[in-house]
Amino acid sequence: MFDKVYDVIVVGAGHAGSEAAASAANMGSSTLLITMNLQNIAQMSCNPAMGGIAKGQIVREIDALGGYSGIVSDTSAIQFKMLNKSKGPAMWSPRVQSDRMRFAEDWRLMLEQTPNLDFYQDMVSGLIIEDNKIAGVKTSLGISVRAKSVVLTNGTFLNGLIHIGDKNFGGGRAGERAATGITEQLVDLGFQSGRMKTGTPPRVDGRSLDYSKMIEQPGDISPEKFSYSDVTKPLTKQRSCHMTYTSNLVHDLLREGFDRSPMFNGRIKSLGPRYCPSIEDKINRFADKDRHQLFIEPEGWNTCEVYVNGFSTSLPEDVQFKALRSVVGFENVKFFRPGYAIEYDYFPPTQLKHTLETKLVDGLYFAGQINGTTGYEEAASQGLMAGINASLKVQERDEFILKRNEAYIGVLIDDLITKGTEEPYRMFTSRAEYRTLLRQDNADFRLTPKGFEIGLASEKRLRRMEEKQNKAVEFVQFFKDLSVKPDVINPILEAKESAVVNQSGKLFKVFARPNIEMDDVRKIEEVEHYISEHNLDREIIEQTEIQVKYAGYIEKEKNNADKLTRLEDIKIPANYDYSQIKSMSFEAREKLKKIQPTSISQASRISGVSPNDISVLLVYMGR
Amino acid sequence: MNYNDTIIALATPSGAGAIAVIRLSGKDAIRLASESFKSVRGKALQDQVTHTIHLGHILDDTRVIDEVLVSIFKNPKSYTGEDVIEISCHGSQYIQQEIIQLFLRKGCRMADAGEFTLRAFLNGKLDLSQAEAVADLISSDNEASHQIAMQQMRGGFSSEIAKLREELLNFASLIELELDFAEEDVAFADRTQFRELITRITFVLKRLIDSFAVGNVIKNGIPVAIVGEPNVGKSTLLNALLNEERAIVSDIAGTTRDTIEDELSIGGIGFRFIDTAGIRDTTDVVEGLGIKKTFEKIEQSQVVVFLFDGTELHTEAAIKACRIEIEKVKNKYPLKPMVIIVNKVDKLSEDTIALLQSVIPDVHLLSAKSGLGVESLKTKLLDFVNTGALRNNETIVTNTRHYDALLKAFEEIQKVQHGLDTELSSDLMAIDIREALYHFGVITGQVTNDELLGNIFANFCIGK
Repeated sequence: MFDKVYDVIVVGAGHAGSEAAASAANMGSSTLLITMNLQNIAQMSCNPAMGGIAKGQIVREIDALGGYSGIVSDTSAIQFKMLNKSKGPAMWSPRVQSDRMRFAEDWRLMLEQTPNLDFYQDMVSGLIIEDNKIAGVKTSLGISVRAKSVVLTNGTFLNGLIHIGDKNFGGGRAGERAATGITEQLVDLGFQSGRMKTGTPPRVDGRSLDYSKMIEQPGDISPEKFSYSDVTKPLTKQRSCHMTYTSNLVHDLLREGFDRSPMFNGRIKSLGPRYCPSIEDKINRFADKDRHQLFIEPEGWNTCEVYVNGFSTSLPEDVQFKALRSVVGFENVKFFRPGYAIEYDYFPPTQLKHTLETKLVDGLYFAGQINGTTGYEEAASQGLMAGINASLKVQERDEFILKRNEAYIGVLIDDLITKGTEEPYRMFTSRAEYRTLLRQDNADFRLTPKGFEIGLASEKRLRRMEEKQNKAVEFVQFFKDLSVKPDVINPILEAKESAVVNQSGKLFKVFARPNIEMDDVRKIEEVEHYISEHNLDREIIEQTEIQVKYAGYIEKEKNNADKLTRLEDIKIPANYDYSQIKSMSFEAREKLKKIQPTSISQASRISGVSPNDISVLLVYMGR
Repeated sequence: MNYNDTIIALATPSGAGAIAVIRLSGKDAIRLASESFKSVRGKALQDQVTHTIHLGHILDDTRVIDEVLVSIFKNPKSYTGEDVIEISCHGSQYIQQEIIQLFLRKGCRMADAGEFTLRAFLNGKLDLSQAEAVADLISSDNEASHQIAMQQMRGGFSSEIAKLREELLNFASLIELELDFAEEDVAFADRTQFRELITRITFVLKRLIDSFAVGNVIKNGIPVAIVGEPNVGKSTLLNALLNEERAIVSDIAGTTRDTIEDELSIGGIGFRFIDTAGIRDTTDVVEGLGIKKTFEKIEQSQVVVFLFDGTELHTEAAIKACRIEIEKVKNKYPLKPMVIIVNKVDKLSEDTIALLQSVIPDVHLLSAKSGLGVESLKTKLLDFVNTGALRNNETIVTNTRHYDALLKAFEEIQKVQHGLDTELSSDLMAIDIREALYHFGVITGQVTNDELLGNIFANFCIGK
């Protein structure tokens, strides 16, 4: 059935697989997307939302590079919020609530419209490997498909085991089969594998809830959007979420089921994410807290299904039900399906290169939960990068690596391959050393030129970005040039309780004061005139404000980032023999040997490698 | 760079002495030493346990070079962490050279400057601060600077910073937590506690920064300018100060023909006496240049000592001329500590002394010859130096790199303080905190940075 040798085969069609397939195909590689169920492309297996703190920045980065996640998040959004708006601009984080069904549908339609992309439904049960080089895949129906590169994005499906109370059964997701064969083959090849755990809360019937007893959480009054392109528009109407709390009574009812909890009776041995704990974990670890927040999220525009965020659990379904019925507003709740925990195989990501290609098998790439990450955004961005690099390799072009000071995606991949991860890895802004540079408002400045250069972002995107950039630069210059008289500016300053000025001065200086905002300076006629004359939109105005108000901090972070770059430039030769450096701790030598860092900077981030070890290494590198 | 070979160098100062110590370090040190060593008791060196001393002869083939003591330090329990042999030989330069030449022929390499300490560092025997302290220790030539260097080598100073750094790091983590979980129900970092920590850090940083002034003068000696005519008895004065203490005297030629520096230790503190010409008004061009030079020297000094010959001060006019001279300096440097000494008071009448004391109330009467006023002069000089920190055995910063890092950390901490005061968004405050942590790390060695290392090893002329 398949005589053709594909450039890229993508196994799995979740967030990672879909982005991988889209980027590879858009870069001109003949691509095949194989998934166990073509009806389930880009499923949101957990909560119906995209973005959030640090994650929203990643979606913006994917979009800036020419990926699809931003566009689909916009078209399927039912609510938009810019989180953390009270903090500095590095913390502003876009998030949408999504229509789960529309999200998957829009993804599938976008993939169908992508050139060079074929689809096939089957389970991949093995890889064809010749001389440590990938050559294709074998399916459960016995079909072989040949390819120059393969991207594995198996999510939670590899030997997936679902737990609800004392019941457990094989499955990749509620109602779907697990995938077998691949882990065993990779382990035979010398790969290390491990088990991870994640969980999800019950889905309930929204018609059975009493929202009047909960706190409404509406979207932003003037919603924005993810995609930098003009193919999507901000929402004009939105749906609200709601918030309620658990109580001591709820906790007591949950505790009654602890003896049947796979978490506590030892049936689940693998580690789940600490920062996304199950409700039983929360009440167990924070026993002094008498209530926990629950976020009630609609699953779409029209469906009555509702997601109970914060109530992730693998307790028996009767315990879940009884406890949830005691939550305010949930007195008459009807379940759609109970929450569950799932254990699955992953491959410690230290076995990968910066391109996400495995060190052991040439042309084989891993992306998403198979690398021990959690989250749609983390998965999608890895898929994008794996798809790009698989394509580049097939086309014999230079690899595409983002640095830690260029993108959260760069931080994510560098962390994974350098430090590995013991629990499902989620992105935080604090993982980035230079988050003031990695803002959601400038992902296009940072990445669209790169996306264009590798042939993924369109020229139209690039031009749009350049126009925004130029207009912002000119507007900043306008503030630097415009002189204002005391009688014009002082009333504005007085209103803000800011010190008045005695003589005329540049508006830039006043605008740079901490509590003076764009809305204040817009009271000056010339500013308002400039905006309307140059037809500046909200994005450009906001960009300008950030560049004026945070110039000092941005500059400082840039200087700091340069320090990092210098260590980044001291390269360590491939296959460097660390055993000759006796002065290093044994642990450090072992770790360095295993990770094979490419630069001193990367070496310094490996856990177990002390600054002293790095100093020693620097001496050996001739510094 | 190769660290697999065995290095050799003279460990004691070059030149002749009673004994000299030659040190070998590296994997062949013990083998090489045993090949050229014949124990009086017929023991084979390689069979001996670590930290033992053996009497015998160093032989070049069959020729005896010297009778020596050989100390064995086996890795990792040695200064460098490698096998180390120390040969204590007789101190003639001929013997030293013969022994070193012998081992160079046998395959040792002459150690580079600081290479023993570099190897100790590479083998994890010393951290960066400690390695730097070794440099200070070796070059310290008075009790106080020795004490500081010892303290630093034992890790006293960097551990204080490391503790603060850890506390700050904890707070930084809490702040990160509330940033990344802004949407969730997390406990906020306690701002009152944070302020308290910032205040504490500010206090410690200030103290350490201030200690640099003290530390630096202790390390380099406190510069004291002696202002006086050539014949007023400067050398007699210095000798008088010197006679009491066993002190180091080194004559360092000054930068100009007319400045000579004498260094001596008083009460454990090093003082550097800088001779200057007087500052009497003159029309002579050469002397005019001399006056300019004198002011430069005064500027560089911590203390100014005026020295007058009492036998020249019989008239009130002469004394007043002195006062004018003194006031000229006082007006220019009102804050500079000053001692006005009139020497040879043993030859003055009581009337003259009374006159002196009325015209120049703070005059210090001295007779270098009889020793009158010498003790009280020492006390005066010591009082000018803030040695409180030293006496209390507090940490003193002497290293310029540390000082620089402390200043930068202080600057960042002040920004954090300002951020707290103006309720700056915590993500921006976090930048300042990270910067401060970075500078702390420079001191404790918890950052790595190629420049840092470059700096240190460039100054590594030690340990040989």
